[in-house]
Amino acid sequence: MQTKEMKKLNLSEFFMKLFRRQIFIPIAALLLLAIFNLITDPSFYKITLGYNSAGDPVLSGYLMTILDYGSELAILAIGMTLVTAASGGQDISVGAGIAIAGSVILRVLCGTNSRPETLQAPVIVAFLISCVVAMLFGAFNGALVAYFKIQPMVATLILFTAGRSIAAWINNNELPIISEPSFGYFGGFIPGIPIPTPFFIAVACMIIMALVLKFTNLGLYTQAVGINESSSRLNGLNPAFIKFLTFVILGLCVAVAGLIKVSRLSSINYSVIAKDIEMDAILAVALGGNALSGGKFNMTASILGAYVIQFLTTTLYKFNVQSDALSAYKAVVVIILVVLSTPVVREYLSSLGKKLKFTRNVKEVG
Amino acid sequence: MSFGKKLRDKSKNITDTNLLLTITIVVFFAMYIGAILFQGKGFLKPQTFFNILNANAALIILSCGMSLVMITGGIDISVGGVTALVSMCCAVYLDFHNGNIFVAVLIALAIGLAFGLVQGFLVAYLDIQPFIVTLAGMFFARGMTTIVNTNPFNVANESFVALKDTRIYVPGFGSVNKLGKYVPAYIEIGVIVALLVVIVLFCILRWTKLGRKFYAVGGNSQSALMLGINVKRTKFLSHLICGLLAGVGGFVYFMHVGSGSASHASGMEMNAIASSIIGGTMLTGGVGNIIGTFFGVLSLSTIQNIVSSAGLDQAWWTGITIAAMLCLFLVVQSIVMARKKKALKENS
Repeated sequence: MQTKEMKKLNLSEFFMKLFRRQIFIPIAALLLLAIFNLITDPSFYKITLGYNSAGDPVLSGYLMTILDYGSELAILAIGMTLVTAASGGQDISVGAGIAIAGSVILRVLCGTNSRPETLQAPVIVAFLISCVVAMLFGAFNGALVAYFKIQPMVATLILFTAGRSIAAWINNNELPIISEPSFGYFGGFIPGIPIPTPFFIAVACMIIMALVLKFTNLGLYTQAVGINESSSRLNGLNPAFIKFLTFVILGLCVAVAGLIKVSRLSSINYSVIAKDIEMDAILAVALGGNALSGGKFNMTASILGAYVIQFLTTTLYKFNVQSDALSAYKAVVVIILVVLSTPVVREYLSSLGKKLKFTRNVKEVG
Repeated sequence: MSFGKKLRDKSKNITDTNLLLTITIVVFFAMYIGAILFQGKGFLKPQTFFNILNANAALIILSCGMSLVMITGGIDISVGGVTALVSMCCAVYLDFHNGNIFVAVLIALAIGLAFGLVQGFLVAYLDIQPFIVTLAGMFFARGMTTIVNTNPFNVANESFVALKDTRIYVPGFGSVNKLGKYVPAYIEIGVIVALLVVIVLFCILRWTKLGRKFYAVGGNSQSALMLGINVKRTKFLSHLICGLLAGVGGFVYFMHVGSGSASHASGMEMNAIASSIIGGTMLTGGVGNIIGTFFGVLSLSTIQNIVSSAGLDQAWWTGITIAAMLCLFLVVQSIVMARKKKALKENS
């Protein structure tokens, strides 16, 4: 009797522990979505091996779409998590930043001609240049936030408005098209490999980030600055520089995402590319259970959150929701998540749980 | 006492609000005079000025709401989305159901009020960051607009078109056109609404208890709480009024364009924030002036007019100039804040 009771207690404790783990939130959301799709239409999970127009073997299916399109979101979520943790605000200019980075890549690849027969520069050079440009814009945001002490969201609002205009200006408002097929590998498939390339790029980014977090103090310092800026300064850190650094890192992530985005189309549409992606990136961070007001963060949860968001998007698409109307549903999800994570609601919920337990105990006694 | 010393004494006593307001008004007049000097006589015609007002009546109303929220220490970026949603809903109601204008106005107010209520509740009573709440509100409004109707269309409702084309001639202003005929200058109904909003809000903020509460909460919510002010309710009210004004502004916008489209008022929230900031409202709260906001809108639209009449008609130039202006004023604010802190430290 005693042991049984103990076991039961241990089990419930285990569940409570799991429930308290941060990564529980995205996993629960993922399971919820997965079960929902399983009930409504099991063919959601069908993956078929087909051949694309170039004759290469390609895996297709909704799951592959999630893996494909979720990857750039995951890359952004990495940077966004750091920015959120350090500054307690979010960068809403990532969509505009992607437009700028993509525009720079095309500009370098095409030179002055907007319909080049051959590439004017190697892709890697174009990518590196776009990295530098994106990091400069990240530095601009970072400087406004860290040194001029402007709220992150307002500071990045500047680029949010101007970014797409700057992107159009870089290419003289032309729409360059690249006919070279190898440029499409980054956003599509490398011949012979049936898994979409963005996934590999995302994995590479994750590994680099994991190594950075493991072997440097970046993670610790960002959390310290996010939790209490003045006490971290008293401990010898430079909070302004750390904030600045996170924005620059986000700039790098934006450049990588930009490469994937333009490679997918081999072209660019300034007003549509990466539209509303800032919302998704913020949502990924929130879904990962990270406090949007800064402080502690969990990178794995954020990345998982990004894929869950893409899962949600794909599910909505499957139900023939228009792409412009998607944002309404996602906004509702954000509000629900944020409301659930507020202290007021949390306290209420936990008191509700205690009450339930109490009534159960009373029943047992009775 | 020499004049210079007097000026210095005065400048020492000047408050943040007045200093930023002065900067704004000076910038506006400098810009307008510059426009007259370099862009030719077009800017001298009264109608040019009234056209700026006509085109930006909605922006003035939205910016007033925005300033109010910003004075209280929050921000509301859903106003552009609400404007689009309001104009789409009213357009659908008037055109497809051949509805009544008064009901359309009520619809507009109800939508604005609903957004204000929900957002205000979430921000004030659940203590969620205003930016997150209103960002979600913006995306929700934009998404809803497409759900209501996807394709843009013009409203052909007769009584609405009559209202839309109503012109109020301003006595005493006018110009002689090329044919030598005198053309009186006119304004639209929206401008009157906008001016009313500006005056009412200015009076509320200046002379009522409620108005002073907004400043107190924005300046320092802790001490406001200690003074016995209901901080939560004040924040809630500011978002509520902002939402209501977004509804009003949405209808005025709709009266100006006369059509429903999902891409209406895109970037409007940005313009509203920019005009509030240019008008001397501090992002940190507690500082701001509705008259300044009014001049902020005028400065913003004057620069847009200058850009488009200078031949740089591509849409991207406006975005870049507004962003540059916003950036400049943000930095100025930040410097003002830093200096103020320094002065406080020196005094104590």
